[in-house]
Amino acid sequence: MDTLLIHVLNSLLYAAVLFLIAGGLSLIYGVMRIVNLAHGNLYAFGAFVAAWTVGRLVGGPTPTPVLYLVLLAGPAAAAVLGAALEPTLLRPFYKRPEEYQLLITFGLQLILEDLMRFIWGPYPLSVSSLFEGMGSLNIGESIYPTYNLAVIVVGGLAAAGLWAFIYRTQFGVVLRATSQNMRMAQAMGVNVNRVYVQAFTLGCFMAGVGGAIVVPQQGAVLGMGVDALILAFVVVVIGGLGSLEGALIGALMVGVVRELGITFFPEVELAVLYLMAAVVLLIRPAGLFGRA
Amino acid sequence: MPAATRRLLVAAGPIILALVVLPYVVNPYDTVLLSYGLIFAIAALGFNLLLGYTGLLSFGHSAYFGVGAYAVAFTVKYLKVTSMELFVLAGILASALVAALFGLVCVRYTRIFFSILTLALSQVLWSLAFKFFWVTGGTDGLRVPTPTLLGVSIGAGQDKMTFLAHRYYYYVLVIFLAAVGVMWVIVHSPFGKALQAIRDNETRAEFVGVQVWHYRWIAFLISGVFTGLAGALWVPLNGLTTPDILLWTFSGEIVFFTVLGGFGTFAGPVVGAVVFNYLKTFAVGYTVYWQMFLGVVLVLLVLGLPAGIVGTAIRLWGKGRKTA
Repeated sequence: MDTLLIHVLNSLLYAAVLFLIAGGLSLIYGVMRIVNLAHGNLYAFGAFVAAWTVGRLVGGPTPTPVLYLVLLAGPAAAAVLGAALEPTLLRPFYKRPEEYQLLITFGLQLILEDLMRFIWGPYPLSVSSLFEGMGSLNIGESIYPTYNLAVIVVGGLAAAGLWAFIYRTQFGVVLRATSQNMRMAQAMGVNVNRVYVQAFTLGCFMAGVGGAIVVPQQGAVLGMGVDALILAFVVVVIGGLGSLEGALIGALMVGVVRELGITFFPEVELAVLYLMAAVVLLIRPAGLFGRA
Repeated sequence: MPAATRRLLVAAGPIILALVVLPYVVNPYDTVLLSYGLIFAIAALGFNLLLGYTGLLSFGHSAYFGVGAYAVAFTVKYLKVTSMELFVLAGILASALVAALFGLVCVRYTRIFFSILTLALSQVLWSLAFKFFWVTGGTDGLRVPTPTLLGVSIGAGQDKMTFLAHRYYYYVLVIFLAAVGVMWVIVHSPFGKALQAIRDNETRAEFVGVQVWHYRWIAFLISGVFTGLAGALWVPLNGLTTPDILLWTFSGEIVFFTVLGGFGTFAGPVVGAVVFNYLKTFAVGYTVYWQMFLGVVLVLLVLGLPAGIVGTAIRLWGKGRKTA
């Protein structure tokens, strides 16, 4: 029974982080119709900034609870980067065939990867003291890190917050209108350029939150962005590109399958995920919650 | 002889001549570098049948390149074969099988879904190669020794570099020229024209009696085989195959070749592959931040020269003639 609970918690842990990354990717696609191949590296950027900032302060006079808040420097930096990238690099491409959007974001992915190598060097950054600082809980006979529970809570809060933001605020209405029909929204007086930059920034912020919350547990390493991007792809393909409910369900499915895979069949764990995505695409090309 | 074919031969003659005498002019290192470029060019030719002629952007062509390479490595490991002809055959057969299978799934989609599906399927192969280390060697990869070419093996005490820069280079060159010829025939055949009709307007193509899915599937298959052939030729040159060549970032590089040269033209991907190979070798030798360099080149290219090198050259030449 305890082991089952641990498996469930681990599944939720994966799902929480994946939802933050894939939700951002899906939001950006939903509003702007851009598949951002650089999204994984915005997540990695958030992780590096968070690890670096907290790393400067660890052991100093800053009280530990504040350090957890300092992790937010990561998402903030990812959001600022996103806000700078959208008008400069992406905006010229909305009217061009989508091949070019994939290419420009692929180029961006390469640039960001080396930008992080340039700024922080080739070695991983870690702030494991924040992970250890939270201690662990006894679950029956097993022990489980408290920090992991905190990540699950953050993921849940992010999902709830995003839902409220999109379905319960004025901005959400504008965002949904723009994603339904950009021209019509424009005709009704929506400043589409502004909505685009806001949606992109929000998507990058979410990726940055994902990056920042994994830092105490896993640290920030080069290459984490590329791995995360592919998993996020699997999530949005299963859930449906552009659908937040889809991203949530997809993240949960991937979380469960990954946990099962790691436990019972580690060799084909990743292959099963990609096959799952391929099968969903075959049956429902737009994904479980997507609109064709 | 059609005018287009005559023009090709007139333009290609001096280039072929230059390629033939090259190993006697430049040092072995540069010849081997060009061999890599020609091999990537074969992959780009295959890739462009989909992107340039059928209008499908595959983001998973590393799969067929990797299958070609691993097919060779497996024939070495399990069948103890060392003949290059059998390597090529194994690479073609294996990539044809995988492309036929993946193609069945992928050709039902277009645009972004096609790209993502090809990417996801290529990642399946990557993760298998990565995880089944007792079969594939995992990240250590599989070694492929110097093969025999047409039954002739590398002589005892002979320098491997000389072998690669002369005999292997000519072997690659012949296959490259044959691949260019075959692809030229394909894109100028009624089949090739049908693909272009599908690219330009799927509904109208369907209406005039083109079986869209069927044609797309055959294009996918041919495209995969060309890329698999390139993988088979690449692996003895490299001496080793690792899961990296199955990873989607390598698919991105194949897309990069094609865009660099210009996918609106026949010669563009070939030129792009060769130029990209020099560009990457230069960047890797010059700085650890080579990815950033390539990324900046790609971004500038897409912003400034979306028609690619050959596409832009043709446009400039056309303009020059009009004003003259």
